[in-house]
Amino acid sequence: MSKVVFENLTKVYSNGFKAVHGINLEIEDGEFLVVIGPSGCAKSTTLRMLAGLESVTGGSISIGGKVVNGLPPKDRGIAMVFQNYALYPHMSVRENLGFGLKLAKVSKADIEKQVNEAAELLELTPLLDRLPRQLSGGQAQRVAVGRAIVKRPQVFLFDEPLSNLDAKLRASMRVRISDLHKTLKKTNRSATSVYVTHDQTEAMTMGDRICVMKDGHIMQVDTPANLYKYPKNLFVAGFIGAPEMNMVETRLDRTGEGKCHLALSSQMLGLPDEKLQRVLTNFTEDVVFGIRPEFIKLADENSPQDEIIKGTIVRMENMGAEFYVHFTVEDRELCTRVPSDVVEAKLLDSIGKEQRFHFEMSNAHIFDKKTEMNISL
Amino acid sequence: MNKVFPNKAALSADLKNNPTLRAEIRKQRVGASIRYIILLFFGLVMLYPLFWMFSAAFKPNHEIFSSLSLWPKEFSLDGFINGWNTGTEYTFGRFFLNTLYYVVPKVILTVISSVIVAYGFARFDIPFKKFWFVTLVATILLPTSVLLIPQYLMFREMGMLDSYLPLYLPMAFATQGFFVFMLIQFLRGLPTDMEEAAQIDGCNSYQLLWYIVVPMLKPAIISVALFQFMWSVNDFLGPLIYISSVEKYPIALALKLSIDVTEGTQWNEILAMASIAIVPSIVVFLIAQNYFVEGISSGGVKG
Repeated sequence: MSKVVFENLTKVYSNGFKAVHGINLEIEDGEFLVVIGPSGCAKSTTLRMLAGLESVTGGSISIGGKVVNGLPPKDRGIAMVFQNYALYPHMSVRENLGFGLKLAKVSKADIEKQVNEAAELLELTPLLDRLPRQLSGGQAQRVAVGRAIVKRPQVFLFDEPLSNLDAKLRASMRVRISDLHKTLKKTNRSATSVYVTHDQTEAMTMGDRICVMKDGHIMQVDTPANLYKYPKNLFVAGFIGAPEMNMVETRLDRTGEGKCHLALSSQMLGLPDEKLQRVLTNFTEDVVFGIRPEFIKLADENSPQDEIIKGTIVRMENMGAEFYVHFTVEDRELCTRVPSDVVEAKLLDSIGKEQRFHFEMSNAHIFDKKTEMNISL
Repeated sequence: MNKVFPNKAALSADLKNNPTLRAEIRKQRVGASIRYIILLFFGLVMLYPLFWMFSAAFKPNHEIFSSLSLWPKEFSLDGFINGWNTGTEYTFGRFFLNTLYYVVPKVILTVISSVIVAYGFARFDIPFKKFWFVTLVATILLPTSVLLIPQYLMFREMGMLDSYLPLYLPMAFATQGFFVFMLIQFLRGLPTDMEEAAQIDGCNSYQLLWYIVVPMLKPAIISVALFQFMWSVNDFLGPLIYISSVEKYPIALALKLSIDVTEGTQWNEILAMASIAIVPSIVVFLIAQNYFVEGISSGGVKG
């Protein structure tokens, strides 16, 4: 069992800066949790507290049911992969991999065996006698991961491990780490992983769950799909997804008993029944209307009348398979994704022209402007 | 000038057809020559005394001050032979060994104590750390002569006079602030990630120091050892104060000895022994020079 639990975890630095504001989080045994957030959101601080490299100001951290607040890093059953690999420059790959075991006074034969096993898993066998400076970035990162595996920790910690690699290598290492996690899980080895990143592709593709942080607070913890579909607040909605969700500050108008409309400039959008019910219970006038680009379509004869908005196309970006079509509704600019064949059939030479768009309101979100919470969930 | 020339022939053809390019190259060559001539000149001026010492060591005594030539007219090894035998009952080899008896412990103790103290300053939260650091820097600025008398009295009370202990014992307590400061600056320039990784791997503070910090500090440590070695070999004042019996004299005092005891000073002997005396420093420097230069530069720049 290697469940990780944060209870009311707080970090205040000696200069009085409060980095982590009492977060609560449970990471299940064997889970791959990705912590994501903009720089300065204390995601690394949180990870370092879990590792024991940073002291805990308040609250508690427990690993496998045991509170580890006061324990030194080596007694926590963790292994960590650092952003800049942090390989020992004067030791060969073999020594780097076996260093932790050597300190733990494991017998030479066992060290040899475990190092070879990890090296094989990560295809490091031909590199075992090299020094870190003779390795490429990707190889060095694999050694860093190997060093973690060799220790057979209860929990793996990753601190932005791929951000020093180029895009192509990052993509392949991403898959590798995911696969590795699955392999470890299958062989019944503890594989609870906490992975800090600022790259949302990594978060979406690797995590069983994602924890979104901002300014030392947890904004939402959920599966990648739920996070994308049901963002709890404005920050998560804006942070996850590329191109970003369209967000428009606007107002909700009650248009009779149990009815309301969303004003988009001078045009009105209706809400489908299930959304309407939820919005009415948390009703507020000043709202932010959010809709992802893929839920705005070109309107056709089947589009419901109260979901159609007229806009003027101002810009089209060709992404290959699709176009990002930017259009304005009076003074508001929005973006939609249109498949290339549709653009070729319908939108050639349409810049500056008016077009009718279908907003799929069942997939739209409405946020309270003041509390920034999603009131349509 | 940024043009890429496919081969030499094309280059010379291009040069022929391009007077401005030719003039430019000529200008650069002339400039370089002037620079090198100036450097060479000053280099020779600096090295002249050294050359003079070496050459004079091979001259008979009467020729040393009568001729400016670096090349001896009468080549003689008498300086070396007589110098080595010295005017005392000991040979110069004895003084060499004496020097090593206090220089080696001094270097070792300096390295160990300075590294530990620097590690503490650079990596740990000590109460009033700033105050202690300022104190450390202040000791660098303190003139050595201020400490001479109190230190002498202290060692006299401890009964350590006429032994090498007063020369190296203080080094066991990181008393040379300059070395500690140099190592701190070097350590501050090193990323802490490796140390954190090692902590997670299971190192305690001492293992961290031994397995991770010391190997990374190697260039700086070699610089410290080298400086300490050269300064200690050259130290005259320390041995002069604390060593009184001739059998314990180090080189620095032994050289002076030859001037004292004979009436007409045998300059060729002194210069011959001086030439030999600098050999260890030069050899040690040459062996360690790569690390030494790296140590000074990174110690200074990265701080």
